[in-house]
Amino acid sequence: MSFHDYALTITIFFPLLGVLVLFFTPKNSVRSIKLTGFVSTLIVFILSLYLFFGFESDNPSFQFQQQVTWISGLNIGYTIGIDGMALLLIVLTAFLTPLALLGTWNSVEHRLKEYTMMVLLLELGMVGVFAALDLFLFYMFWEAMLIPMYFIIGIWGGQDRVYAAIKFFLYTLFGSLLMLVAILALGYFASTLPEGEFTTNLATLYAVAQHIPLNLQLWMFAAFALSFAIKVPLFPLHTWLPDAHVQAPTAGSVILAGVLLKMGTYGFLRFCLPLFPEASLRLTPVLCVLAVVGIIYGALVAMVQTDIKKLVAYSSVSHLGFVVLGIFAMTEEGIQGAIIQMVNHGLSTGALFLLVGMIYDRTHTRTISDFGGVAKLMPVYATFFLVISLSSIGLPGLNGFVGEFLVLLGAFKSAVLGTYAYAAIAGIGVILSAVYLLWMYQRVMLGPVREGAVYAGHKLSDITKREMVALGFIVIFVVWIGVYPGTFLKKSAWTAKTVVTLMENVQRGFQPRYAEWPLKVPNENK
Amino acid sequence: MIPFTPYIVLFPFIGFLVLGLFGSKIKNEKVIGIIGSGAVGAAFAIAAAIFVQMLGMEPQDRRRVVELFTWISTFTGTASSFNVVIGYQVDQLSILMTLVVTGVGFLIHVYSVGYMHGDAGFWRFFAYLNLFIFAMLNLVLADNFLLMFLGWEGVGLCSYLLIGFWYERKFDVGGYAAGVATTNDAAKKAFIVNRVGDFGFILAMLLIFATFGSLRFDAVFSGAELMSIGNQAAFWITLLLFVGATGKSAQIPLFVWLPDAMAGPTPVSALIHAATMVTAGVYMVARCSILFALAPSTMQIVAIIGSLTAIVAASIGLVQNDIKKVLAYSTVSQLGYMFLAMGVAAFSAGIFHLTTHAFFKALLFLGSGAVIHAMHDEQNIQNMGGLKRHLPTTYRTFLIGAIAIAGIFPFAGFFSKDEILWKAFSSEQGSAVLWVVALLGAGLTAFYMFRLVILTFEGPARFGQNVHPHEAPRTMTIPLVILAFLSLVGGFIGVPKSLLGNNMIEHWLAPVFEAASTKLLLSEESVHATEYVLMILSLGIAGAGIYGAWKVYTKRIDIAEAVSTKYKRMYHVLLNKYFVDEVYDGAIVRPTVKLSERLLWKGFDVAVIDGALNGLASLISLIAMSFRKIQTGIAQMYAVVFVGGIVFVLAWLVLK
Repeated sequence: MSFHDYALTITIFFPLLGVLVLFFTPKNSVRSIKLTGFVSTLIVFILSLYLFFGFESDNPSFQFQQQVTWISGLNIGYTIGIDGMALLLIVLTAFLTPLALLGTWNSVEHRLKEYTMMVLLLELGMVGVFAALDLFLFYMFWEAMLIPMYFIIGIWGGQDRVYAAIKFFLYTLFGSLLMLVAILALGYFASTLPEGEFTTNLATLYAVAQHIPLNLQLWMFAAFALSFAIKVPLFPLHTWLPDAHVQAPTAGSVILAGVLLKMGTYGFLRFCLPLFPEASLRLTPVLCVLAVVGIIYGALVAMVQTDIKKLVAYSSVSHLGFVVLGIFAMTEEGIQGAIIQMVNHGLSTGALFLLVGMIYDRTHTRTISDFGGVAKLMPVYATFFLVISLSSIGLPGLNGFVGEFLVLLGAFKSAVLGTYAYAAIAGIGVILSAVYLLWMYQRVMLGPVREGAVYAGHKLSDITKREMVALGFIVIFVVWIGVYPGTFLKKSAWTAKTVVTLMENVQRGFQPRYAEWPLKVPNENK
Repeated sequence: MIPFTPYIVLFPFIGFLVLGLFGSKIKNEKVIGIIGSGAVGAAFAIAAAIFVQMLGMEPQDRRRVVELFTWISTFTGTASSFNVVIGYQVDQLSILMTLVVTGVGFLIHVYSVGYMHGDAGFWRFFAYLNLFIFAMLNLVLADNFLLMFLGWEGVGLCSYLLIGFWYERKFDVGGYAAGVATTNDAAKKAFIVNRVGDFGFILAMLLIFATFGSLRFDAVFSGAELMSIGNQAAFWITLLLFVGATGKSAQIPLFVWLPDAMAGPTPVSALIHAATMVTAGVYMVARCSILFALAPSTMQIVAIIGSLTAIVAASIGLVQNDIKKVLAYSTVSQLGYMFLAMGVAAFSAGIFHLTTHAFFKALLFLGSGAVIHAMHDEQNIQNMGGLKRHLPTTYRTFLIGAIAIAGIFPFAGFFSKDEILWKAFSSEQGSAVLWVVALLGAGLTAFYMFRLVILTFEGPARFGQNVHPHEAPRTMTIPLVILAFLSLVGGFIGVPKSLLGNNMIEHWLAPVFEAASTKLLLSEESVHATEYVLMILSLGIAGAGIYGAWKVYTKRIDIAEAVSTKYKRMYHVLLNKYFVDEVYDGAIVRPTVKLSERLLWKGFDVAVIDGALNGLASLISLIAMSFRKIQTGIAQMYAVVFVGGIVFVLAWLVLK
């Protein structure tokens, strides 16, 4: 029993310690509340770095595994472990959360203590979702994370926060309830097999899954996929997103865009494809068409937005479309591209929301036409904004390009898709992202300072050192992934390889198709 | 020296980092200028040393690749999966391009020290310029398509940053939209139009990878050598690549951004929008010569687009009054010639013209910068005149540039342009029609260039008493003189056999284009007699153009006026650049915006989806409301229902 064995559990639950400390912190000692929140999330990040460097890229099995029996009669356990994809998303979560707090240091004044607690609980839920290897446990974290997010939008949000919060909650809940049904059905199916028992253990279910008949697979796939598609969000299930983003406070938007949306795409890769491969193959065209429509649709609608935050929200619809396309291309390029694109989107869209929040704090507006000539007054801010926009546009040398190109390549050569059309149409998104972001950049940042602007005549102060640190760290990774993505792509290589091999085996009708599935089930209960 | 190739790329990058991060702290313009120019100068020095070393090598040994590290890959270890290494390739073509980029680039950096003197963004300007050189060197030295694309997009970004450098300024786009645009409109337009082309480039790369399983030049090209002419994949690849080239190199139909790009500071126009970046498309086609050789249909398209662009742009240049606009259309037109060369498989002739054009067009732009500088930001040539007295050096060098571009013997433009005209006529892929179009274009070129020279420098002054033009400082005139020298003698690297030369540049480049030549069975030989006739004809038409311009604009200005009134409609069309911008705006931009706003956003998103959801929500609450009425709270009522229920159940049980 060493630290290594418990590292993942500690990473997941460390925020609880922060919450505990906050309980005993008087609510008017603002500084110590902020520090407690920030330091707790920072330690989580350091813990995640331990995971990152301890993770063996050339080891195909899930690592940092831990298994404790929870409900023994139903074979439900506290089973956790991570592969490369989960690792990257956990590090992303742990990276963005402290930066979100740092970048919005003075944005929240009302009920700061509760707010900080909610952020910490949210982090707990998010890391848990990515670490869970038991469907029941996964579901617990998935739902648990919904609650703090609901409060963050509903209490600390903007004008229409209640509408947005309820919309967000109902949309997501609707999807996840169906998923719960499918999880139970899956567990029950396991018990109908000879010598089978009810279980929600993912490793067991992966093995069980190959016996599921196609029509049942289709139903279960649909239930899971609906839940994930809402989270992504996949067109046309995206309308909760603009409202939630616009109403959420900055840190909420950062985490929502940076991490929460990834849970949908993560779910597709972790559950839909390996559990229901035949159904996935069958339904790939549907999902890819929706993804491609989303890429174009999101970009076009983003182009005509009048509110910067809404623009960024719709751009997420477009960018996440790339991720879904990459996943369902079922090629190594596509899946690796999708995984790195999840990280990229988290970085660049997270940063964009931070940036929007910074200008909102100063001017109390987000309407594009209220701005003009900001670059003149805030040159450093404008430079960061440009770099992040370029990353989002997919300029080679910055992170966005790596993911987008791999996805396009994966979709292009995909035998499952069988046509160049998906990649060719998705490629139009490359033109459109330049259109909406540069157009917005021009209207907000460039030109002369607009007469009658709220900030006209005032000295609009450039970003503070604290804000600069938050953005600076993101920019470092934006460039790092753009120039040397190997550091990260190597980690997730086995995830991609495993899924692709599985899908190929299924297509060729190999039995057992999980022969190469690397997930090992620890026998002893710790 | 060759292992040092990455340092060519590295130095400008270091310059960019130093200036970008600490530039605002360095208050001394001189220091900034030295860092900026020095970085490019160092790159030039290394390139020159490598070039000298290559001269001493056997032709087949001159191609070397230096690989650095894996860039984008799946890292899954599967052989067929994607993998691209950052690697730089030195060969005859890339070293020539590198010399042009760093050489001309260095001169323009030096010039900028004088030109940008006193500008608040002095350090920023040099940072961007160094970033540009870095990107451009990646473009020309890359050993694979993806790294080339990095450079390709990088130069586009720098172009964006530098066109909009004075982002507060208004900018006159001419024509109907006169006066309404700003420099950043022009910058954004450049970037987006280029992105349309890049879309083609990206698709081409996808198809290349699907076809050849690699994006490395050597793997792709050696694979292509095994294919036969008329290959379907090669057709689509080259067509898509050419779409990319039309964007970057401002060819029909994507040329509209380049004239607007003149909103940027003049050194930028000289470096990016004349000498280097815009020729990237030509370089790319030349680099992929073997692929194009497989696709005769694409070659034909390239030749037609090139010659059409040459003449269309030249015709617009005839009537423009902005000194830089004239030069911009001239650039578009000259790029057309280069593509014409590519289309008729005269690859080395195209690269030759690219090189000489870099000299004389950079010279002309820098000269125009000196004029604008002297005239305090006046750019309209109708308000100039007689400047040769005030700007003697600028005048002389500008004149040399004009003669060179007009193609007068023995200036640089003569040899390179004539080579293209000759190949357009004589090559297997060429035709008399292409030649005639190109010849007409040459006549127009001579005419508009000398119209420009005369209206600017000759005749009486047409500006107010309060303007006192003065010659530019030495940092600006020295580069002019060097470039003028190069425009004068640059052509001697490509003197054809018919003129008793040995066409050094063609021999130098021959190994690069060998595969394509073999594929196309290009023969060396020709009948010199025809060549002489054509040469005399093209000299004649250039002479006629110059004479015409001289006659009209020094003596008979009434002719110009009479023509413009008589052919009013034609004049109007030319002045408004064939209304291409207006057509794009009306046919593509506005409908897309309207569709997105009204139909997609407010129509589908808000009305349909959210409408349905909110409708569902109200429906549910409506139903709930009506159920609520049942719960009246009156106990008797409940009792009645209760009894009624029992009766119903009993009845049902009995009757069943």
